[in-house]
Amino acid sequence: MSEAIEFLPPRPEVLSRRAAIVADLADLLPAECVIHEARELVPFETDAFISYRRLPLAVVLPKTTAQVAAVMKYCYRYGIPVVPRGAGTSLSGGAIPQEDAIVLGLSKMSRILEVDYANRTATVQAGVTNLSISEAVGVDGFFYAPDPSSQLACTIGGNIGMNSGGAHCLKYGVTTNNLLGVKMVLVDGTVVDLGGKHLDSAGYDLLGLVCGSEGQLGIVAEATVRLIAKPEGARPVLFGFETSEEAGACVTDIIGSGIIPVAIEFMDKPAIEICEAFAHAGYPLDVGALLIVEVEGSEAEMDATLAGIVEIARRHGVKTVRESQSATEAALIWKGRKSAFGATGRIADYICMDGTVPLGKLSYVLKKTSEITDSFGLRVANVFHAGDGNMHPLILFNANDPEDAARAEAAGNEILKLCVDAGGCLTGEHGVGIEKRDLMRHQYSDADLAQQMAVRSAFDEGWILNPSKVFPLDGRPAA
Amino acid sequence: MQTSFTPEQLADPHVAESEKILRRCVHCGFCTATCPTYVTLGNELDSPRGRIYLIKDMLENGRAADEEVVTHIDRCLSCLACVTTCPSGVDYMHLVDHARIHIEKTYRRPLMDRLIRDLLAAVLPYPARFRTAVVLAKLGRPFAPLLKRVSALKPLGAMLDLAPASIARPSDAATPGRPVPQAESRGRVAILSGCAQPVLDPGINEATLRLLSRFGVEVVVPEGEGCCGALVHHMGREEPALDFARRNVDVWIREIDNGGLDAIIVTASGCGTTIKDYGHMLRLDPAYAEKAAKVSALARDITEYLSTLDLPKLEPKGLNVAYHSACSMQHGQKITLAPKNLLKAAGFTVRDPAEGHLCCGSAGTYNILQPEISAQLKARKVRNIEATKADVIATGNIGCITQIATGTAIPILHTVELLDWAYGGPEPQKLSAR
Repeated sequence: MSEAIEFLPPRPEVLSRRAAIVADLADLLPAECVIHEARELVPFETDAFISYRRLPLAVVLPKTTAQVAAVMKYCYRYGIPVVPRGAGTSLSGGAIPQEDAIVLGLSKMSRILEVDYANRTATVQAGVTNLSISEAVGVDGFFYAPDPSSQLACTIGGNIGMNSGGAHCLKYGVTTNNLLGVKMVLVDGTVVDLGGKHLDSAGYDLLGLVCGSEGQLGIVAEATVRLIAKPEGARPVLFGFETSEEAGACVTDIIGSGIIPVAIEFMDKPAIEICEAFAHAGYPLDVGALLIVEVEGSEAEMDATLAGIVEIARRHGVKTVRESQSATEAALIWKGRKSAFGATGRIADYICMDGTVPLGKLSYVLKKTSEITDSFGLRVANVFHAGDGNMHPLILFNANDPEDAARAEAAGNEILKLCVDAGGCLTGEHGVGIEKRDLMRHQYSDADLAQQMAVRSAFDEGWILNPSKVFPLDGRPAA
Repeated sequence: MQTSFTPEQLADPHVAESEKILRRCVHCGFCTATCPTYVTLGNELDSPRGRIYLIKDMLENGRAADEEVVTHIDRCLSCLACVTTCPSGVDYMHLVDHARIHIEKTYRRPLMDRLIRDLLAAVLPYPARFRTAVVLAKLGRPFAPLLKRVSALKPLGAMLDLAPASIARPSDAATPGRPVPQAESRGRVAILSGCAQPVLDPGINEATLRLLSRFGVEVVVPEGEGCCGALVHHMGREEPALDFARRNVDVWIREIDNGGLDAIIVTASGCGTTIKDYGHMLRLDPAYAEKAAKVSALARDITEYLSTLDLPKLEPKGLNVAYHSACSMQHGQKITLAPKNLLKAAGFTVRDPAEGHLCCGSAGTYNILQPEISAQLKARKVRNIEATKADVIATGNIGCITQIATGTAIPILHTVELLDWAYGGPEPQKLSAR
């Protein structure tokens, strides 16, 4: 297990009251909603950032907003840290607990409460999975746009915590652009409604503040999201290039020409091989880099957009252009892309980076990334949202070799610093979590961080909500 | 993910295999979304990822199974939806098999649980005993509500509920050892007679024999075969399961040596998944490894085999069929299109129920051992099927047929019964009785 990133030391006054806390939680919630046996806590010790693990003190799985509020009121009263958890798919360790923390899991709160087509909204409990919203409204011609690759499993609550993105965010924006309201439980158990079914609210935009706050300002229990009418048609097209540099330059030119496709996804050769072996999507194996460009609209609209893109791709020496011929083929193309991270597990352990860079720097950063991993003696596979410059280098390593794991982590840090130095940022959609916490000073000045922490303190003075995350452990306000 | 086993632990071939499986898992969590028990209970401990973690912790620490771990492993349906979903190729099936063996060896179950499992293992795999039990169950049915009031006796109540109200006469044609009328042969296959299916619904294999004979395939029902072993295998009873497997391997190898076989036809997809795994189950037995692999390679679901025969395309019948894909069919054997394509070619209109990847809750003896979760899954499955407004349900597994039939008035048939009817066989009784 990696040790480079520290967690806060557990609060002794909480650890010593463990038995009493478990008994009190059992009074607050039904029996099947409280987990405290040692064996049963182990599966909650980590999320998808699996190189770090900490056992929690207990896990609660409330079924209602009122139960969430009761748990928060109790934890606030006794200063017990709380780590919210959706489906535990975080790639930055956002849901990893700590020894003195209660994991507050929203997995039993998975109902869609209301669908309102007239206002184009869906109101859901926080534990609803991202994809199930689109599935519920799909028959009526609607969908929920942000589509993280983990959308099958990840929850809307987690998406709000991390302001998640996805392939189709190039056109439709990330979570914050598709979120209209939340019902949130504050640290002391008070329940507040922020936003609603309207596009703007009077007063401060607290909803904007909450989205991306990584569970540190409150627990989102319910959310109202924007629904979008499905386009008449959608067509993913594969563009194969000799080199990553050509593909990167092509992306820059497509966006620079004013064309905004729904998605431009990038895969380098290692990523193409991994994804093709899993999905059999027909990705070309004789190219050095692949772009999946999706266009949508009427047939004429798709043809026209595509013609413009093909012309630009030709200028960048595109080797192959292949349009999907059927819905099945289109689905396979996306299945391969969306399973890329997990499919990588077939060949090696990996950590997934999430830096975002200005589009003009894409080729430069790709080249530098290879240089960095080479210098550490590691392999890298790149598969990412090229259209908005959100890079996901997957650094391959052997988790059973501690030195290899340490090298992978060090290489990851160098890559993220590279993204910041190129004018980008540490995270495009996965959040800071613990993974990028200690790099926050590379991104922000002390004054910037102090402002963010002041906001956090305004919501949670005692810093009990997801306390080890986001902000470097030193330099925090005294509790 | 990272594992920590000692070289001594890895000397055990079961542990070595599980370690390899665990190393594949990247803990991405995709599997949770399609797991019927996670979707129903909303607790990660009742999801594949949670179970994988529980198993990993138990095996790494060389610990005996305990109540907590057993509770969550027992709740697993072995539907293998997670295996279909997993992008990393985690072989959950063999991991949970190992966990069940480990539980059986190291954990002492409460008395009633033990007795019920012993009873199931002693009766279900044996057609004669099972037939008697079904007759007795009919007499015992009035006591079911009473039994269900006592927690430890709930499985007995569930068992009585599942017993058919009437019992069919054993089939003459599909009985092991009976010679089957020869047609001009375009292939020679053996058909698994099995254990529970011929008691509960002998019509399935009768329809299969008629259909195959009609298309010129010689079918043998070799004497001496029986239960595939899945029943006890899923209880973690390794040795009895392997004994069932060895017996069947012997029978089919004998048949291969005397006349050859193009395929071993299985009409219950649950059994098919297990027989296709014989090669793996017996890999450590030098006397059987090779023979078992040969048998597994010949095993075919009936719809897989029929797909190779190029059956003629028939005129539309105007009958809407909801196709329920058994978990052992779609996840265990990865057969998804063949049954539907056959039904369509035979003139049926095929409808796909929503949430088709979710288990109906039958899962071998699961509906007896875990009646509450099973009932919730059944209700969900029936809701989705009935929403298709189909005239009839088709599926490829006797377990699903028994389970779903207790929840809906829409008749449910084996796919092969509809195909036999379409290609000249008698109308299935369940349809003519409508």
